[in-house]
Amino acid sequence: MKIHEYQAKSILAAHGVPVPRGVAVTTAEEAGEAAAGLGGKVVVKAQIHAGGRGKGRLVAAQARTAAMYRRLEADPAATEGGVTGRRVGGVRLAGSAARAQAEAAKILGKFLVTHQTGPEGKQVQRLLIEEQSAIAGEYYAAVLIDGALGTPVMIVSTEGGQAIEEVAERTPEAIVRVPIDPEAGFPAYRGRQLAKQLGMPQPVVMRAGALFAGLYRAFLAADASLAEINPFVVTADNRVLAVDAKLSIDDNAAFRQPVASLRDKSEENAMEIMAEEAGIGSYVKLDGNIGCMVNGAGLAMATMDTIMLAGGEPANFLDIGTVNRVQLVEDALHIINLDPGVRAILINIFGGMARVDVVAEGLVAAVNKYGITHPIVVRLNGSNVEEGRRIIEASGLEFLLADDLGTAARLAVEAAG
Amino acid sequence: MSVLIGRSTRLMVQGLGTEGQNQIRRSLAYGTTVVAGVHPSFRGGAEFEGFPVFDTAEEAVAATEPNVCIIFVPAPGAADAILENVAAGVRLIVCITEGVPVHDMVRVRAALARSKSRLIGPNCPGLITPAAKCRVGIMPSAVFKPGRVGVVSRSGTLVYEAVDQLTRLGIGQSSCVGVGGDPIIGASQAEALEMFNRDRATDAVVLIGEIGGTAEQASADYIERHMTKPVVAFVAGATAPPGRRMGHAGAIIEGHSGTAAAKLEALSAAGATISRSPADIGLTMQRALREHGLLKA
Repeated sequence: MKIHEYQAKSILAAHGVPVPRGVAVTTAEEAGEAAAGLGGKVVVKAQIHAGGRGKGRLVAAQARTAAMYRRLEADPAATEGGVTGRRVGGVRLAGSAARAQAEAAKILGKFLVTHQTGPEGKQVQRLLIEEQSAIAGEYYAAVLIDGALGTPVMIVSTEGGQAIEEVAERTPEAIVRVPIDPEAGFPAYRGRQLAKQLGMPQPVVMRAGALFAGLYRAFLAADASLAEINPFVVTADNRVLAVDAKLSIDDNAAFRQPVASLRDKSEENAMEIMAEEAGIGSYVKLDGNIGCMVNGAGLAMATMDTIMLAGGEPANFLDIGTVNRVQLVEDALHIINLDPGVRAILINIFGGMARVDVVAEGLVAAVNKYGITHPIVVRLNGSNVEEGRRIIEASGLEFLLADDLGTAARLAVEAAG
Repeated sequence: MSVLIGRSTRLMVQGLGTEGQNQIRRSLAYGTTVVAGVHPSFRGGAEFEGFPVFDTAEEAVAATEPNVCIIFVPAPGAADAILENVAAGVRLIVCITEGVPVHDMVRVRAALARSKSRLIGPNCPGLITPAAKCRVGIMPSAVFKPGRVGVVSRSGTLVYEAVDQLTRLGIGQSSCVGVGGDPIIGASQAEALEMFNRDRATDAVVLIGEIGGTAEQASADYIERHMTKPVVAFVAGATAPPGRRMGHAGAIIEGHSGTAAAKLEALSAAGATISRSPADIGLTMQRALREHGLLKA
């Protein structure tokens, strides 16, 4: 789960990482007041769940198609349907409280399009008003899980303020990677060693060491899959400050983290939230016209692959999870059917822990209840498959039956036209 | 001979909730030897389906000498159950549970490194050895058939898919191992490949990977250096849009090495035969077996 910059900074600060003084606001007036409280000279930062905000483009309305997005991207002077190609970033400097209020008014409510948001962008509903810092040097620090090692790793670099993957490609020697022994943790002295290794100025070694140690503590406490400070800066008066921060919380740890207060559902796709509330394992909206309902993430991805290889395009990824509830299947089919792009539906269930008869019952119930008229290709196999097939046949409904994955994909592509 | 489980398997089950009960009944019906259950404060009494149920793994191990434990404990307590089995000295621990926090798995991996236990999973379908009627998992046993092809997969349902295709072509399986779909797991794909490489009951292996992580590159490295048996590989998610989470926490494209293209390239260069479509895994293996004289044309 992604959280906002201001939330990440508050978690980091609670674990001893110095952050600039700042206030999160939702109106221009609040922005002005916050700026006044911070002495007037501030940074106004759009809070959305995506990186690249400074280089993003703020638009009044969403680009409705990918083609429109590409045209605007190519020509900054173009205007199309109220959307301009002019680049105005989501991070701005203001020299006074009045200026901060004016900048806030320009940003709030607009859509910010960055290389991470996709063409539709994300609506800015919140701003972080922060004091400006006199920056003498920029650095990078992050902690994440290395799956192969099975431990967290800390990654630091002298090249702060840039996309770290680009730094890795351009100057791999500028990146230091430190695996962390979970039992030893990351004590401050390791942080000081790391600061020396990065060649940081002598007066800040102590503070930088504390920042690294605090970053690791925050990573642990928040059950983070990623905790990143990019950049952290050394100021003209030799302080260290986390100027931008990003924190992702492991969804599997939601049961023991305060996710209800950290989550911002307005940043997420409405249909994806609906699927989650129905108890569906995972739903991701895509652009094609074949709705898919599959059990298991691997089989769901493989089903998408087969559809694409057969010349079709999936409208979504849907891993229903372990289905042993008829209602879950009904809800899943309803959500697929709500997608206006869908022309045909492919059901591919290979029951293990999931029971095929339960799926069949849910399919029949959903078609009757929601009056679904799209052609539905059904491929069922695995646990209780005979009973499942019997339910489908006895329903008298028109399903296109397939015995194997290849046939199922072909039938679905044909049915979608 | 088989991989990890077989005729000498004495299975213990930890977590006798509804799903644990259902699945262990299926394993018993298949012919698997189940010697004990572990479920603290179990309401069903001291026995379930004819085997004794204990409050702790330690007691169960002392009384019944199991050599494999399958865990169905819900996610918040799953890592604790794994650690309990490591402490009790169980040699093979299979954790089916989905949704175990990754920070818990960091602690589990550290404990495993100091022990003689091996972990399969979590978030996996488990293992099966059809010839020994040994099922330590949740797979639909009807699609499996005794034979000489091994299957290694990150995804559970793709094990069933691949096995179904093999069985329909008359190609049986020696053992199948679902290693799990999470970012941190116990035994890796490459370790599973190594076991199949050494197993005298296995002629060839199907390897099913997925986008995300670098496990397939490690497998490719093992294949190139050590594998003496034909490997047919499929990597799911070639058409997944970059950057989107597709269910498995592990299935996130991170950098170039996480892409299906990079994984397929590494596996192909290492000598594996690639099945581009998941619908062709069985046919690709049939061809590979014929080419190696392991199946009559």
